[in-house]
Amino acid sequence: MTFLSYLIQGISLGSIYAIIALGYTMVYGIAKMLNFAHGDVIMVGGYMCFFATSGLRDRFADGSVAQAVIPNLAGLLLAMFVCTLLGITIERLAYKPLRQAPSLAVLITAIGVSYFLQNGAQVLWSSNPKICSSIIGKGVLSLGQLSISHVILLTVVVCVVIMLALTWFTGNTRMGKAMRACSEDKAAAQLMGINVNATISMTFAIGSALAAIAGVLFTSAYPTLQPTTGALPGIKAFTAAVFGGIGSIPGAMLGGILLGVIETFAKGYISTQVSDAIVFAVLIVILLVKPAGLLGKQVAEKV
Amino acid sequence: MKRLSKQSRANFLTYGGVILVYVLLQLYNSQVGLSSMIQGLLIPICAYVTMALALNLVVGVSGELSLGHAGFMSVGAFSGTAAAIALQEVIPAAPLRLAVAMVIGAAFAALAGFVIGIPVLRLNGDYLAIVTLAFGEIIKSILNNLYVGFDARGFHFSFLADTVSDRLAEGGKLLIGGPMGISRIPIISTFTAGVVLVLVSLVIIFNLVNSRAGRAIMAARDNRIAAESVGINVTKYKMIAFVISAALAGAAGSLYTMSLSTIVANKFDFNTSILILVFVVLGGMGNMWGAILSATFLTLLPELLRTFNLDQYRMLVYAVVLIIVMIVTNNPLLQRTAEDLAERFHRKKPAQAGEGGQSHE
Amino acid sequence: MSERVKRAPTKLVPVPSTNKIPERDINKAPILECRHLGIDFGGLTAVNDFNMAIGRTEIAGLIGPNGAGKTTVFNLLTKVYQPTRGTILLDGVDTHNMTSVQVNRAGIARTFQNIRLFNNLSVEDNVKVGLHNQTKYGLFQGICRLPGYWREEKRAHESAMELLHIFDMEHLAGHQAGSLPYGAQRRLEIVRALATNPSLLLLDEPAAGMNPSETAELMDNIVKIRDTFHIAVLLIEHDMSLVMGICEGICVLNFGEIIAKGTPDEIKNDPQVIEAYLGKKREV
Repeated sequence: MTFLSYLIQGISLGSIYAIIALGYTMVYGIAKMLNFAHGDVIMVGGYMCFFATSGLRDRFADGSVAQAVIPNLAGLLLAMFVCTLLGITIERLAYKPLRQAPSLAVLITAIGVSYFLQNGAQVLWSSNPKICSSIIGKGVLSLGQLSISHVILLTVVVCVVIMLALTWFTGNTRMGKAMRACSEDKAAAQLMGINVNATISMTFAIGSALAAIAGVLFTSAYPTLQPTTGALPGIKAFTAAVFGGIGSIPGAMLGGILLGVIETFAKGYISTQVSDAIVFAVLIVILLVKPAGLLGKQVAEKV
Repeated sequence: MKRLSKQSRANFLTYGGVILVYVLLQLYNSQVGLSSMIQGLLIPICAYVTMALALNLVVGVSGELSLGHAGFMSVGAFSGTAAAIALQEVIPAAPLRLAVAMVIGAAFAALAGFVIGIPVLRLNGDYLAIVTLAFGEIIKSILNNLYVGFDARGFHFSFLADTVSDRLAEGGKLLIGGPMGISRIPIISTFTAGVVLVLVSLVIIFNLVNSRAGRAIMAARDNRIAAESVGINVTKYKMIAFVISAALAGAAGSLYTMSLSTIVANKFDFNTSILILVFVVLGGMGNMWGAILSATFLTLLPELLRTFNLDQYRMLVYAVVLIIVMIVTNNPLLQRTAEDLAERFHRKKPAQAGEGGQSHE
Repeated sequence: MSERVKRAPTKLVPVPSTNKIPERDINKAPILECRHLGIDFGGLTAVNDFNMAIGRTEIAGLIGPNGAGKTTVFNLLTKVYQPTRGTILLDGVDTHNMTSVQVNRAGIARTFQNIRLFNNLSVEDNVKVGLHNQTKYGLFQGICRLPGYWREEKRAHESAMELLHIFDMEHLAGHQAGSLPYGAQRRLEIVRALATNPSLLLLDEPAAGMNPSETAELMDNIVKIRDTFHIAVLLIEHDMSLVMGICEGICVLNFGEIIAKGTPDEIKNDPQVIEAYLGKKREV
């Protein structure tokens, strides 16, 4: 039974990684940059949700349906709104001036943004951890001996829905096609009348909105919220994106879930202290053995 | 030869500058006396300057972003300090023991650099950066769970759980105690040793850059495919830069740790790596003078800010510095202006170079 | 000048060849021989059944319409790509499984269509990077500035200046390579390739972006390089005046396959070549 419960925990954690990884993979695929600050957008999302729920909860009668629904819904919407805005702003202010710059410069800038968000949060909201309440309560679904919390179920369902929606979006809509065109060749896309800047902004907007959702789910599952909360999941989600093949939407999902399962098993069967090291070791091995990831494709440099 | 001598002149100016500052500080200290706050910072400044120089070799000269240099620093710190404690009876003279410890720290860090470099240097760009980050975290994890003891029978190791303490013979010492790190460190680092380390690092880096290997490293940075086309083994030279950089970082780690009484692995985390990156970026990538100045200034800054109660904004400022420096230095308009200025400044240079060329006929 | 290019005398043993070696080198083995060379990218055949031999001091041309696979042939020769099929013999030695670095050490140097200089290094240092494998001192000697360092650096400096003299570029030695005008960058790339002491020099569109007088000067220089260094040159070029003016043998590539081989005069009158360049005559 422990095996099964580890597996379920792993899938749930992995689903959160997958949602974050989707943001990474889209930005990396289209803007060709590693948005190091993505993890910290999750943290901002978590804080937004926390403020909305804790601020609104007292205004409704205890135990009423309104109290169960409205604050949480407001928290989610506020988080998504603020993160989307934040994502677009970051892109405009920090990354857009560097569109032509070497990738080293862009990466250092992204690290700077990540640091800015973390330390900004620390100045604004202090580094004392805040305890979040789960957005859908502590309900548990029992299947025989196995019990699965509602949060886990919700996380997995949300993850699958998001992945399907994104696949449909990039495949069938005008904006989605523009995104795919930009990821192939920005100059050519521009010549075909695609507004590349708008497309990249849109990518950041979608990625950040997903980060907000991930932030809300993450704080529901792991309720301690700090300015550094997003950093580690962010890096791990990047690992997941690379694992699945960067630029590939199903790859991000597959990589996220596999990584989540690996991490929970490492925690459960080996040691909590070295579980992060094991996750990082996975990243290193993948990059060396199959740098294109499980579902990605290799692109060679033209000489 | 004119250009070469100009370059060496700049290098000697840097050496001279470091020595001058050292002499002035020593004089001031003996005559007037430095505040204890500044005195306490002298060795960390030397260590961070060395770290900045080491990272600059990888980022500026070799053109690869390493986000795990704190890992090499910690390898050097732990191995060097453990060696210093173990050698306490063998080498009674503290300066010699410090030197030996720093060499051991550098050697272990170089070894770590080599082992990590084998996989890492096959990658490039963002992937390389993220993998160095991963290795930095792995090193931290390992050191956090490593127990090393030393007694008459030699060294004892264990991982994850402390079984070393029980196995130690009478009079044995637990050198590294997992998450507790190393405690009761003999404080043998001196400012003089720090300045010597900085000078040694400078000599190594300057001489490397102006040699065959240095040109190969920079060629590989500028254009990997072209470098291979002229017969340069790119991976080998990237490895040379990486290992030398790791060794210097290890020596800096040893120096730093032996000025403190206790050290834990968590001190050398991702934040430390970023801090050093900030030194390098602010000083100008590839610019050793800049790295020295920015490392010194930014190590002093928190103390200055603390006196004005602004310390909580420090990291925020660093973040903004990183972003602004990158945007400004990569702005095409500003770049062109800077080039124009440089052109105007060096307007006489082609004529001079022409004369120089003629004289070699 | 000739002292620098001193190398062990090559044994001129005829090797059995599938190709006719050009007239003037008929008694010698070719420096380069490609047999049935080919590469596929995915399902696409970029180069197929490429056979060519180049004499020891021949200037040969590789021409063809855009996308014909000319640069791909260069990339195969220098092992930027490993060939899918066929053999490359350099001076009779199979380069199978060699890397770019090894091929260069074996004697092939090249320039690139889109210039690839070490932009942040000085012009002199660019050439010195080319001299890398002939500058004999180790890492330790370099860091400690032992006598070997000074001796070899002096030699490298002199060789670099000598090489730059070919294109009268000594006065630019201290300039940053990336700041040079386009034509000078192309010339510097040739100098850098020459510095590696090759026996075969591959030039990828050396005259691209040059005006007619610069092109004429370049032609003289290519011949001069061949004559002073006694090496073979294979060049890709769209400027027919250059190709027809200096090449002794020409190979025409279209859709990855050779459609004609011969002397400039033969190529000029080859109906298939005319068709490839100008299209089919329309039936009226």
